[in-house]
Amino acid sequence: MNNILSYSLFTFALIAAGLLSLSFGRVSLGSAEIWAGLTAPADDPISMILFELRLPRVILGMLVGATLGLAGAALQGVLRNPLADPGIIGVSASAALGAVIAIHLGLAAIWVFSVPLFAMSGALLATLILLLVTTRDSSVLMLILVGIGISSLATALISLVMNLSASPMTIRDMVMWMLGSLENRTMRDLWMAGPFILIGWIMMIGTGQGLNALSVGEETAQTMGINLRWLKLRIVIGAALSVGAAVSICGAIGFIGLVVPHIVRALISREPGAILIPSALMGALLLTLADILTRLPLAGSPLRLGVVTALIGAPCFLYIIFHTRKEMR
Amino acid sequence: MTGLQIHSISLTLGGAQILKDVSAAVKPGEMVGMIGPNGAGKSCFLKSILGLNKPSSGRVTLEGRDIAEMSLKERALCLAYAAQGAPLHWPLTVERLVALGRIPHLGPWQKLRPEDHDEIERALTLTDCQHLKNRVATTLSGGERARVLLARTLASGAAYILADEPIASLDPFHQLQVMAILKAHAAAGGAVLVVLHDLGLAARTCDRLILLHEGQMIDQGPPAHILSDKNLSRFFGVSVSRWQEGQESFLAPHAIHKDRPHQ
Repeated sequence: MNNILSYSLFTFALIAAGLLSLSFGRVSLGSAEIWAGLTAPADDPISMILFELRLPRVILGMLVGATLGLAGAALQGVLRNPLADPGIIGVSASAALGAVIAIHLGLAAIWVFSVPLFAMSGALLATLILLLVTTRDSSVLMLILVGIGISSLATALISLVMNLSASPMTIRDMVMWMLGSLENRTMRDLWMAGPFILIGWIMMIGTGQGLNALSVGEETAQTMGINLRWLKLRIVIGAALSVGAAVSICGAIGFIGLVVPHIVRALISREPGAILIPSALMGALLLTLADILTRLPLAGSPLRLGVVTALIGAPCFLYIIFHTRKEMR
Repeated sequence: MTGLQIHSISLTLGGAQILKDVSAAVKPGEMVGMIGPNGAGKSCFLKSILGLNKPSSGRVTLEGRDIAEMSLKERALCLAYAAQGAPLHWPLTVERLVALGRIPHLGPWQKLRPEDHDEIERALTLTDCQHLKNRVATTLSGGERARVLLARTLASGAAYILADEPIASLDPFHQLQVMAILKAHAAAGGAVLVVLHDLGLAARTCDRLILLHEGQMIDQGPPAHILSDKNLSRFFGVSVSRWQEGQESFLAPHAIHKDRPHQ
């Protein structure tokens, strides 16, 4: 597909999904009401719903979706592995662990940035472990097994921290960290995580050429003038910063980072470097749509965002495993 | 000093000494073959030149400049590497794969320019891969894949090509074709250092041969001198038949010696 055309389509779809998302909720709003609310004075009730509740939710959803899509594409490229995803390989769970620890040590009350910082440290630790392991053995199987290990450990430790905490956390909080949610987020969350998310994006987005070169292996890529260590460092730290910050505000949302690069590869390009920005846009779109689904009155009570992404993502995960099983032997 | 000069390189990997004081030189217009039994250190030697292995001593100069002082990009513009059995991680089309060869010429966000497309076309034509252009590279046969990867190397436009067993998986037609391509590259003013196991082909296509054994350079010189019965028997453990047809001399190993020398 032509670049300009696909970017225009993406932008159009994103705006449409954003407006749709603004209109859904306990109070349904039509397009005229949304416009009136956006331009009305701050004490108008519809304006308050839009600015205090819906708009932060839409913007955060897009930021988080773009982060997961971009990090998924960059990690798949650098690990040369179609199953890499911040959720599956345990980066999101480790970030959630970091956030939970910060909250339970009471650091969140002392300094608000401790939550995203702890989440980013958790994500960084997990990414570094994965990178170390996969330098020795880059097989798909190894990545998934180590990922499952990190993920299970992080999840177990989250439960442990919650069990030990003086003011026991509710099951609701646990579900929030493990499945993710965009409910009740405010502009404050956005200002807290946004800068880190942006820095992470900037680090990852310029790695396209290096990722393309890596298609023919690490050694050949180096002889093509690619500084491999710098490339890996940028992606590891970029993914850790952006995914860590994203998880610190809305928990570990799974499968977006896995599914999105595959959709983009089928639609736009198979070059690992060319799918970075489209994956970010597609991630934003997919997460916004998934978030709209959570608010549809299907099951009586609102669905969890992570449940929706897992319902879409897990079958895709199995499908991709089926298609890459030759490499896994 | 012209050409690629390797000054007494030593390499240790995991405690084992792989290369001991190996020196060599490749001049523009020259096709130099690197021969030696398995495990002699030929691939490691190429990788040391490329900076993929860090030699414990010695240095490499390219047209008088120390390679260690050149940026990765500067090196990539002069030196191209055709790796042995290079992996292919994504199902790229042949054209996009060959286009990767142009990366050293482009800025991080720069798109392919008309001259890049010309180089890609030239490399595809030279390697007889034009008809594969739109195929997905991961679906190619071993021989096709080896040619496409060589096309990627040629598309880089680098004067110096280091090729590690470029004909290992090719049928006779494409073996001769690839050697002719490398030879033509040297004849056009480029330089080629190629690791080969086919001694007959090495004798016929290379201007000079370097014989490596257990990490040491035994000898270098014209093929007729290096491929003496004594050397072949001592370092490869084989006897060969030789014959002449017109201007060309042929050589084929036909018997192995019981005491394989390097083991």
